Amino acid sequence: MSEQVESLIRKEYAAGFHSAIESDTLAPGLDEDTVRFISAQKQEPEWMLEWRLKAYRAWREMAEPTWAHVHYPEIDFKSISYYSAPKSMKDRPKSLDEVDPELIATYEKLGIPLHEQAALAGVAVDVVFDSVSVVTTFREKLREVGVIFCPISDAIREYPELIKKYMGSVVPQKDNFYAALNSAVFSDGSFVYIPKGVRCPMELSTYFRINELNTGQFERTLIIADEGSHVSYLEGCTAPMRDENQLHAAVVELVALDDAQIKYSTVQNWYPGDKEGKGGIYNFVTKRGVAHKNARISWTQVETGSAVTWKYPSCILKGDNSVGEFYSVALTNNFQQADTGTKMIHLGKNTRSTIVAKGISAGRSNSAYRGLVRINPTAEGARNYTQCDSLLIGDRCGAHTFPYIETKNASAVIEHEATTSKVSDDQLFLCQQRGLDAEKAVSMIVNGFCREVFKELPMEFAVEAGKLLEVSLEGSVG
Amino acid sequence: MLDIHELVAKVEGKQILNGLNLSIKPGEVHAIMGPNGAGKSTLGNVLTGRAGYDVVSGDVTFNGKNLFELEVEERAREGVFLAFQYPVEIPGVSNMEFLKASVDARRKHLGLPELSSFDFMKLARECSQKVSLDPAFLKRGVNEGFSGGEKKRNEIMQMMLLEPRLCILDETDSGLDIDALQVVAAGVNAMRDSARSFIVVTHYQRLLDFIVPDYVHVLANGRIVRTGDKELAKELEAKGYGWLEKEGV
Ligand SMILES: Nc1ncnc2c1ncn2[C@@H]1O[C@H](COP(=O)(O)OP(=O)(O)O)[C@@H](O)[C@H]1O
Ligand SMILES: [Mg+2]
Repeated sequence: MSEQVESLIRKEYAAGFHSAIESDTLAPGLDEDTVRFISAQKQEPEWMLEWRLKAYRAWREMAEPTWAHVHYPEIDFKSISYYSAPKSMKDRPKSLDEVDPELIATYEKLGIPLHEQAALAGVAVDVVFDSVSVVTTFREKLREVGVIFCPISDAIREYPELIKKYMGSVVPQKDNFYAALNSAVFSDGSFVYIPKGVRCPMELSTYFRINELNTGQFERTLIIADEGSHVSYLEGCTAPMRDENQLHAAVVELVALDDAQIKYSTVQNWYPGDKEGKGGIYNFVTKRGVAHKNARISWTQVETGSAVTWKYPSCILKGDNSVGEFYSVALTNNFQQADTGTKMIHLGKNTRSTIVAKGISAGRSNSAYRGLVRINPTAEGARNYTQCDSLLIGDRCGAHTFPYIETKNASAVIEHEATTSKVSDDQLFLCQQRGLDAEKAVSMIVNGFCREVFKELPMEFAVEAGKLLEVSLEGSVG
Repeated sequence: MLDIHELVAKVEGKQILNGLNLSIKPGEVHAIMGPNGAGKSTLGNVLTGRAGYDVVSGDVTFNGKNLFELEVEERAREGVFLAFQYPVEIPGVSNMEFLKASVDARRKHLGLPELSSFDFMKLARECSQKVSLDPAFLKRGVNEGFSGGEKKRNEIMQMMLLEPRLCILDETDSGLDIDALQVVAAGVNAMRDSARSFIVVTHYQRLLDFIVPDYVHVLANGRIVRTGDKELAKELEAKGYGWLEKEGV
């Protein structure tokens, strides 16, 4: 299929502009003073600084993992700047009127209106620009029902008890190399607390943007759903087009207490690098949730960006009858590489997990699904269903599946299905013979392939995700 | 409407069409019969511009336009329709979404506004009923899990929706039971009018009892070797192709 599809693999990255915003950026380098500087910038209490330093010292002893199916030049962690804040944020703006208009314009260009009256109906937004959270909408309105939605740096000062209790409880400081680095230098991110029995009245979302050159972004998100509460949260990510690779190493922790439900959706569109594979974001992310009794955690992700993705949103099904779900679409094009999947750790009785992973590879890209299903001896009656489908566009790309299953309880029922298919010339020809052009045809075929995952996304974002795939595939047939 | 002049075409480096001539006027129905491997499907594929089917020489004009200067989708929008011998599945893409996109593409080309979802639904339901296909098929993936007969009826439904100028039916009758055959034939007959032409490729004269052609051609060795009326089909049914094939060499 060949040439036809090959030439469809030319992509324009719409979010690739850089905004001329004056910033205070820390000189590149990483040592204990860097950690102290970041903590001081955030006016953090002493215990937080100690927590960070402990993580930093652990990180220094750790080695970068090499088991993933991705290849990239060695990262020089000393050449990265670990803190960058827009100058105008020095005296934190009290309202939107005080936010730098250039910043607001940046988000408008990305299609994210920050003015509450213009905001997507029923969606509260937290915006993280380089290292700081610049604005959180609907904060007051949410407060009325007891929901806390704020930058994590505010939460550290305002809700120290919740932070002390839960931060690091799901992803410990020493969990892995990138999580340890994040624990030492994380700069901002979102914090959510939903009180007992409350159904969060609107979608919560965070938009992350890396703007400055040579900065890394290390955000940290913590979501706590107290007993019987419900929340749906969405994160979106973009970055300018640059020839240099940039590092993004985030940590997300979810705590779903008894009978609570957390739905966490991601539309990841970090800059993927150019057609020749130059530039792009290295995305090394640790996401994990703990589900207590009867709780449910759902991860839904649409990953189209980044040069290298290393990401395994996971569920620890601790409580009896708890449920974990992972729905994923990972699209790679040109020279992108993705190694992504999930871990479902069954501890409680009658725990259930569902994994639906869809990988789409075009150009010379490679995508791998890596999933672990572990049934502990305590997990009587556990069930897992896994479905991994790969779709190849053209014949220079690759898809790989690495399922790991560890069962230590004989009552477990585990089902695994895997398929690999190609966008065939015959399918393309059928579409074109019915009057559709090749690009429309490919995007339709790919969207069809992803249907089961898209239907898990909040309505507004399912449409966005479809469009994003269309843009990401632009140029992959011609 | 369609003029094929001395058409020579190759597939995978092998010459399959060897100087084929055929002229079709508006409103006519031409049946094409011939032995397996004669090049009948190749003709349909060359006319619609499928990749891998290369024109070596000759020319084809369709309503005054040089067909070979148009892309696959442009030919389709001009009104050339091919009902596939083996329709492919497109999992997850609803038939409805697919059909609406194709109808809108054709309408846009004709300078007509897109149909509203409501109007399209109504039209699609009517067409599905005409081919005795449950409207539930509109919601399913394109050809996904359809039986052979359902796929063929789905093709005819698309033809009705798109209202093409030239309809090429490639063995639409093969694999159909007699009831389904009558449904398909009735669908085609309902679409016959003075401005629309048909090329009906078939192995069996049975279909031609229901869709009565103006001409019957025999394609052998990449050429039209004999042309007649529906009586020729009956003769072929009785005698086979052997006696004609020699003439094509
Ligand atoms: N895609 C293709 N690749 C290789 N050979 C082909 C292809 N399509 C057709 N052919 C060859 O071309 C010849 C004519 O085939 P076809 O047009 O399908 O015949 P018919 O439809 O009359 O049975 C056959 O020898 C067939 O094997
Ligand atoms: Mg054939």
